[in-house]
Parts: sequence; C-alpha cells; structure tokens
Amino acid sequence: MKYAGLLVMPAGFFLTIAALVLFAQPAQRGIFVVCGLAVEILGLVVAVRGHMPARGESQS
Amino acid sequence: MIPAPLPANSDTWYGLALLLLLLAPLAIAGLALVNTGLGRSRSAAQSILGNIAIISVAVTAFALFGAAIAGNLPGTPGGAGHAFHAAGYPWNWIGSGSFLLSGFGSAPVPAQLALLFELWGVALAAIIPWGSGADRWRLAAGCAATALVAGVVCPLVMHWVWGGGWLAGLGPNFSLGAGFLDPSGAATVHVVGGLSALALVWVIGPRAGKFPRGGISTAMPGHNAVYVLFGCLLSLVGWLAWNAAGAMLWMNAPLTALPVIAVNTVLSAAAALGATLAVTRYRFGKPDASLCANGWLAGLVTSSACAAVATPVESIFAGLVAGIITPLLVELHELALSVDDPSGAIAAHAAAGIWGLLAVGFFAPKPGQLLAQLTGIATLLGIVLPLLYLLFALLNRIVPFRVDPDGERMGMDLHELGGGAYPEFVIHRDESYR
Repeated sequence: MKYAGLLVMPAGFFLTIAALVLFAQPAQRGIFVVCGLAVEILGLVVAVRGHMPARGESQS
Repeated sequence: MIPAPLPANSDTWYGLALLLLLLAPLAIAGLALVNTGLGRSRSAAQSILGNIAIISVAVTAFALFGAAIAGNLPGTPGGAGHAFHAAGYPWNWIGSGSFLLSGFGSAPVPAQLALLFELWGVALAAIIPWGSGADRWRLAAGCAATALVAGVVCPLVMHWVWGGGWLAGLGPNFSLGAGFLDPSGAATVHVVGGLSALALVWVIGPRAGKFPRGGISTAMPGHNAVYVLFGCLLSLVGWLAWNAAGAMLWMNAPLTALPVIAVNTVLSAAAALGATLAVTRYRFGKPDASLCANGWLAGLVTSSACAAVATPVESIFAGLVAGIITPLLVELHELALSVDDPSGAIAAHAAAGIWGLLAVGFFAPKPGQLLAQLTGIATLLGIVLPLLYLLFALLNRIVPFRVDPDGERMGMDLHELGGGAYPEFVIHRDESYR
C-alpha cells in the first residue's frame, strides 16, 4: 500500500502540469491544479497509512 | 534625512550580500543545537558530530557535482540548463554548470554569491533529517544519504527555482505571476529537508519502544531544553541574514528593502512562538518548551518564503498560522500516525515551508501567483518526496540506515564513538525498556 501511495503522488503532479499545458483560462487551470494537489494528498495519506507500524512492532 | 537608495549590484550591494552570507551559517549552527538537544543524552555526542560531518559531506558533494546540477556556474544567477520541448513549451529541468567548481574564481560576483548561498542551503537542508533520525540513524548512513540530498536532490530543485529552471519559467511561459517564488529557500532548503526527514522516518522506522503494543506512544523528551532554545535564538541571527541575502540575490532587492525583510522575519517567528505557546498551554495546561522551539522554527521557515513579499501584518498572520499548525501536526504524527520524528522537522520545516509558499501566493500582488505557488508545492509533494523515498530506500539496502538493537539500547555515543557526551553524569535508565 505504501508503494501505491508513492506512485499516486507523481500522478497528481502530472495532472497539475497537464492543467497548465491544456487550459488557458485561469479558472480551469486553477480547478485542475487543485485536483492534482488533491490526488497527491490522497497518495500521501495512503503512503502514511502504509508506513504506520503495527503497535508493538518497534519494541525490540 | 532618508538616504537615496543605492543601485542594485553596486560594490556596496556586493559587500553587504557577502557579509550577510557570512552570518547565515548561524542558522545551521542553531539547528544543529536544536537537533542535539531534542535527542537523548546517550546519543548527544554522535548527534553533534553527525551535524558537523553532514555539513562537511553536503558542501563537498555540492562542490563536486551539485553545483553543476544547480547550474549557476559559469555565468550569472539564472544561468544555463538543459531543456526539452514538450507541448510547445521549454522545460528547463537540469543545470549545465561546471563540475568541481571549475570557473568559480573567475565567475561574475553575483554568480559567486549565489553559489555560496546555495552551498549553505544544501548544508542546512542536509542536517534537517539528521534530527529526525536521532538515536537510531548510523553516522555512515547519514553521510551517504547527505551526499544524495546535497549533491542531487537539493541542487535539482535549486535549478528549477533559482537557476532559470521550469518552475522559475512559469511566469514567462504560462503567465503565472513572476513564476514560482521562493526568495530564501523555503522550498529548496526547508521543504526538501523536511520531506527528506519524512522519507527517512518511513525508511528507518521509529525508535525502539516508541510505540508499544496496546498503549499510547512513549514520551521520549529531548535531553537538553537549553541547547534547543539557545539554538532557536542563534537561528534567528542566521535567518535574518539568510532572508535578507536571499531577497538580494534572487529578487534583486535594494538595500532599502532589507529592514522590512528583517522586521518581517522577526514578526513571523514571534507570532509563531506566541501561537504555539497558546496552543500548548491550552492543550497540555502548560507551555511545552520543545514544541515552542518547533513553533519558533516554523515561524522562521515561513518567513523564508514570505518575508520579502509580505507586509508586517501579513507576516504576523503567516507566523500565527505556522505556530498553530506545527504543534498540532507534531501531536498528530506522534499519537495518530506513528511517525517518530524526535526533532519535529516534518512539521517545522516541510509543513511550515509549504504553508509559507502558499501564503506567498496570497500576499504577492501579481495575478496567477497563487497558481504558480500551488504548482511548485505540487512538484515538491509529487516528485521530490517520492524521489527522496526511492533514493533512501535503495541506499538503505547498500548502507543500512538503522543501528542494530544493541547499539540503540546502548546509545549511539557508546556504540558509534566509544564514549559519551557527558562522561561524568549518571545516565538514568530509559523507562521505555521496562
């Protein structure tokens, strides 16, 4: 799951870049850039959840 | 009588920029003290030695090949780079500067000053994750990871932002304000450093006993609040110089703008400290010294983005927000997300830096600036963080990051250095090993 989250984050970045290239209107660009960021945050949440150690795992 | 403003790039301008750059390392020294103070006493000597070693590796790696990637030599700031064309736009993605600092001595003075600024920048970015890996990150592994951060990742982002790269080109190419604005390294230094800290704690895992089975996380407070708070004071001096020098170099700020930048820096830090004091007083009944230090640093990090473009009132607002989110994020990391970050670098550097960069979008007057800032933030989260994680995960297979369990129990000082930082003090048994 952690790797899935880390792969989703670049996908959000490319969505952001695509918005800049494809749209000329500031409003459309803005919406898609925010969507790209939302995808990245989703990926970050998945990555964070994937890296959460089971309680007790760190006890040596 | 108010003196007439000096023309930018005069000899006085160069001299002052150099003087400021000679004061800027105080920020690094302050952060080294914070890192050491927030670790445990049995790892203090390894921590402070690690800070010095990491600074050494960082500046060497940057001089050998990082400066070429950053691309400010030869020529002037905003110099050469390799670009590809896609969708009708140029994407300048990596610098084409000279390796081994060749041509440094004969480069124009602004390029030399820019390189010195970047040199300090990679050193500061490299020691940020060192505090997050406290008590378990091996010194050799820390140095190896530093070579990657300071030699590759930081210079790459520096090129995009300061070296005429594609983020700087968002203004002319896409009509997004003045392009991505980061006058004093909030993105290139602090967010990169903070994201390195996040990637590190994911790869290395929490300290032994930090998250026990069936209970809340174990409190492992820093061993010396005086180091931490004195480090904060020392950082202020460095940050004042850092923000002023950054504005001069990357925004061509005149000397008359520097007092406002200094005031904005102090106000941002002060507001952040006040907010953190209030939040921790409300949450825990008493102010928390280490969280207040994180809040202060978060205010300074926010000022790295905002100080050159905001008014004093806007700086206070930016600092207040940073001071509120930092302690809450540290608590969230520890209690809900099981992220063991002893120095709070992820909140104080990554989160506060991102907030500062976003705030620039609100404060800067040019239309489209907010979109440029959002694009820069998307780049940091979407490209830089996965890249750092990938590099750290691969490096961890070659040079194991984590000390063995016996070494962690014994303390990094005895295990790695053979002697403690406080040999005449009795070190109490750690309650987490019951």
